[in-house]
Amino acid sequence: MCEQESESENKLDGETASDSESKSEFGGSAPVPTSDDTPEVLNRALSNLSSRWKNWWVRGILTLAMIAFFFIIIYLGPMVLMMIVMCVQIKCFHEIITIGYNVYHSYDLPWFRTLSWYFLLCVNYFFYGETVTDYFFTLVQREEPLRILSKYHRFISFALYLTGFCMFVLSLVKKHYRLQFYMFGWTHVTLLIVVTQSHLIIHNLFEGMIWFIVPISCVICNDIMAYMFGFFFGRTPLIKLSPKKTWEGFIGGFFATVLFGLLLSYVMSGYRCFTCPVEYNNDTNSFAVDCDPSELFQLQEYNIPLVLQSVLGWKTVRMYPFQIHSIALSTFASLIGPFGGFFASGFKRAFKIKDFANTIPGHGGIMDRFDCQYLMATFVNVYIASFIRGPNPSRLIQQFLTLRPDQQLHIFNTLKAHLVDKGMLANSEDM
Amino acid sequence: MQVRGHNCDWTQVWCKMKSLRSEFYRAKDVNSCYGASRTIAPFYDKLSIILSKDAGDNPGMETFSTGFGQEEVAAAPPEGETMSMSQLYADRSLMTMNGRKNCRSPYTYCHLAPLFHGVAQMIKQRRWRVRKKPILPVHHLPLPRPKNMLDLEVDVDDRFGDLDLRNDSDIPEVPPSTDSTPEILKRALSGVSARWKNWWIRGILTLLMILLFFLIIYLGSFMLMFLVLSIQVKCFHEIITIGYRVYHSYDLPWFRTLSWYFLLCVNYFFYGETVADYFATFVQRREQLQFLIRYHRFISFALYLTGFCMFVLSLVKRQYRLQFYMFAWTHVTLLITVTQSHLVIQNLFEGMIWFLVPISSVICNDITAYIFGFFFGRTPLIKLSPKKTWEGFVGGFFSTVVFGFIFSYLLAQHEYFVCPVEYNSETNRFVTECEPSELFQIQKYSVPPLLKTVLGWETVNMYPFQMHSIALSTFASLIGPFGGFFASGFKRAFKIKDFADTIPGHGGIMDRFDCQYLMATFVHVYITSFIRGPNPSKLLKQLLVLQPEQQLSVYKTLKSHLVEKGILQPSTKG
Repeated sequence: MCEQESESENKLDGETASDSESKSEFGGSAPVPTSDDTPEVLNRALSNLSSRWKNWWVRGILTLAMIAFFFIIIYLGPMVLMMIVMCVQIKCFHEIITIGYNVYHSYDLPWFRTLSWYFLLCVNYFFYGETVTDYFFTLVQREEPLRILSKYHRFISFALYLTGFCMFVLSLVKKHYRLQFYMFGWTHVTLLIVVTQSHLIIHNLFEGMIWFIVPISCVICNDIMAYMFGFFFGRTPLIKLSPKKTWEGFIGGFFATVLFGLLLSYVMSGYRCFTCPVEYNNDTNSFAVDCDPSELFQLQEYNIPLVLQSVLGWKTVRMYPFQIHSIALSTFASLIGPFGGFFASGFKRAFKIKDFANTIPGHGGIMDRFDCQYLMATFVNVYIASFIRGPNPSRLIQQFLTLRPDQQLHIFNTLKAHLVDKGMLANSEDM
Repeated sequence: MQVRGHNCDWTQVWCKMKSLRSEFYRAKDVNSCYGASRTIAPFYDKLSIILSKDAGDNPGMETFSTGFGQEEVAAAPPEGETMSMSQLYADRSLMTMNGRKNCRSPYTYCHLAPLFHGVAQMIKQRRWRVRKKPILPVHHLPLPRPKNMLDLEVDVDDRFGDLDLRNDSDIPEVPPSTDSTPEILKRALSGVSARWKNWWIRGILTLLMILLFFLIIYLGSFMLMFLVLSIQVKCFHEIITIGYRVYHSYDLPWFRTLSWYFLLCVNYFFYGETVADYFATFVQRREQLQFLIRYHRFISFALYLTGFCMFVLSLVKRQYRLQFYMFAWTHVTLLITVTQSHLVIQNLFEGMIWFLVPISSVICNDITAYIFGFFFGRTPLIKLSPKKTWEGFVGGFFSTVVFGFIFSYLLAQHEYFVCPVEYNSETNRFVTECEPSELFQIQKYSVPPLLKTVLGWETVNMYPFQMHSIALSTFASLIGPFGGFFASGFKRAFKIKDFADTIPGHGGIMDRFDCQYLMATFVHVYITSFIRGPNPSKLLKQLLVLQPEQQLSVYKTLKSHLVEKGILQPSTKG
């Protein structure tokens, strides 16, 4: 569909026939024509419907299947979620790298596929080492080999990366230099996008599953709502990059997402398994979500602003403070999240591909579904770090314990002076 | 072709054809710029005829017959190239299809032939649009000035997408760098022969740079930070300029602004994270800075997002691919230059010796490897840099280790170099005053029996830091050159001789600093892994940001820990 759109646009611009023909030639032969890989079951069930509604039904059924899958994974717990995030990350990386190979005709470059996967492994090792060590601290301290690995973690990761770098330099082949540099750059940009974001998602997950579920659902909801509003009311195009998006869909999606976010967070804040930070329990060797809910997740009375009082007829309302945050998250998801989608659309147009891959029938590749999520993950992480919590106290204590005694004393005295200043500690107190 | 007596392989003909084609395009590019002097490419007029003729007369290929072709083509048949390009491509694609076993990817040679015809057709179309007259040899006709060079490009994306990148020959070559040596030097050296003249220029500039380096060190840490920042900006500028040249994208809308904006954002983020730690006392006093520090990540992210949204909104049809390429080019450049320069500054704050010894080791390695190679060089080291030799490499290694050893001995005696740089809020200056840590206190080491016989000593007084300097020098000589090879490969890939012309005889700033980049990261990683733990001031800053109840509980935990360890007496007050 993308090629047909671009062709019709080009014809409108008055390009000569040969130009669009050449474009179509390139476009036609470039990606493998999307084979219809909807499963046979669906094909038979929908064989009676016209092709327009058939497409709609296929997409709808797959959407429901993905949402059901999402719920199952949530039910299975944080460990499975982490695994899923990691698999999604690897698949996205694979999709983008494959596009790079196709663009540069570089499938046969010496060593290159090995090197790309090696760099992915290195960067993942680095990030997992940094985050996992914090959360599994006691486990790591117990096992001797793990302790050494974590102490010299940065050095080991750097050495691994350097090995890959040196292999790249040694593998430079005359006449292929530019191609190899392009692929090197391509790999690194892909790593930057895909791997860092997936690790931020896992960070968010450890804060509490609600910080993982609400943002992702808001983005999905915005996608679906904007599509529906656009379908029924759409008239004014939004941006040249994606001609199917409309202003009506955009605004309708915004309001619907904010409402949905409020409701979903209300429902989820009641359950401890969603709101508590995920912790690793050493004794049972599993993840536990048990805690006292923080004040974010305790019902409070809020006065309704006068404007809404007349509309709703209530004086006060009981809400969780988290719902206020969810408004901010939903706003971001609806206003800025789509820019991630436009970026991906521009990318697809630039490299003349219809979809990133053909993994999901009716939807395209995994990357197609997750393109709006990327900005969201970073935003949630930055939001949490800036507004919700400060640094993790237990982590600070761990860092403190690795300092030298004189540094420890210095910090202790400064902290004491600070607390005395604030009046939290009386000057002559010992405990 | 063999019938006509040409005895070459199809690959050789292919390569020749491609190089001719690329030269033709290059000449066309230059010629279409208003006011540029005409360049001649071999067979220029003949190639233009072939390319236009070809599109008209190939019944075998399924292309477009536009009807313009036949009327305009000049009748003169080319002499040199007896085989029309279309036939050549057809043969080649056939041979390729037969020869390739794993034609897995749809993007193989197989479809290149019709594509090339498309391109040839477009080239012809372009000429048709430019003047509606019978085709004469091109250099006789004046070309109208294009309003915007990109108007003439049918589709910039296509031009890059269809070219076969497997062969590097289609990169336009940069005109040879002008001789930028100052007049003074030229006059002074006018008597000397050309080879030694080059040597003298490089030598003088090297000494000048080293002197400048010493001067800046004398002026203190603040000037050093400033110098690092200017070098970073200049390196960024050089690499981005290369990107513009490679992609002919100097006129992309908004792009120069966006690149500099991203540089600003990332610098703001990094400086905020690191510098704020070191200036903690300074920052505590001012309210506005407090606000900026507390929400620093959010503010940096918002700034970056603005740039990202501006990029998305600035995407222009038909230039998408170019814009994405420049976006990625900018980000990779930022990744390389900005992160490394901040690691350099963090190393600097550890103590100036951590900044001076690595940089001098790399410079020393460069110079001594060059000298050893000059006098003893025989076996080439790597194909990428033909001037490097194994003798230079090994000789440079040993001399760098010895140099690092001696240099760190000299520096470790002075507090000025050894102490962490701190900001004194009263005097508003950087101070380097402290108790030297045990790294910088002389200790006795017993010489291993191997060296005892050689040196004749039983024990030796050394600073522990000198052992670390051996590690640093080893890295500088063994792995540092890979940074140089990377930069050489980059220059070869994009067919440039030097990154820029800033320093006469040496090239651009990036040329001097290419080996330093890996070194900076290595020193930082080395320090955090082996020398010290986390940064105490950063830890303090994070403690002060916690909620008061959390601070109290942390305080209690720390107190109990310190009492346990005996560092704090349990009955001490205040």
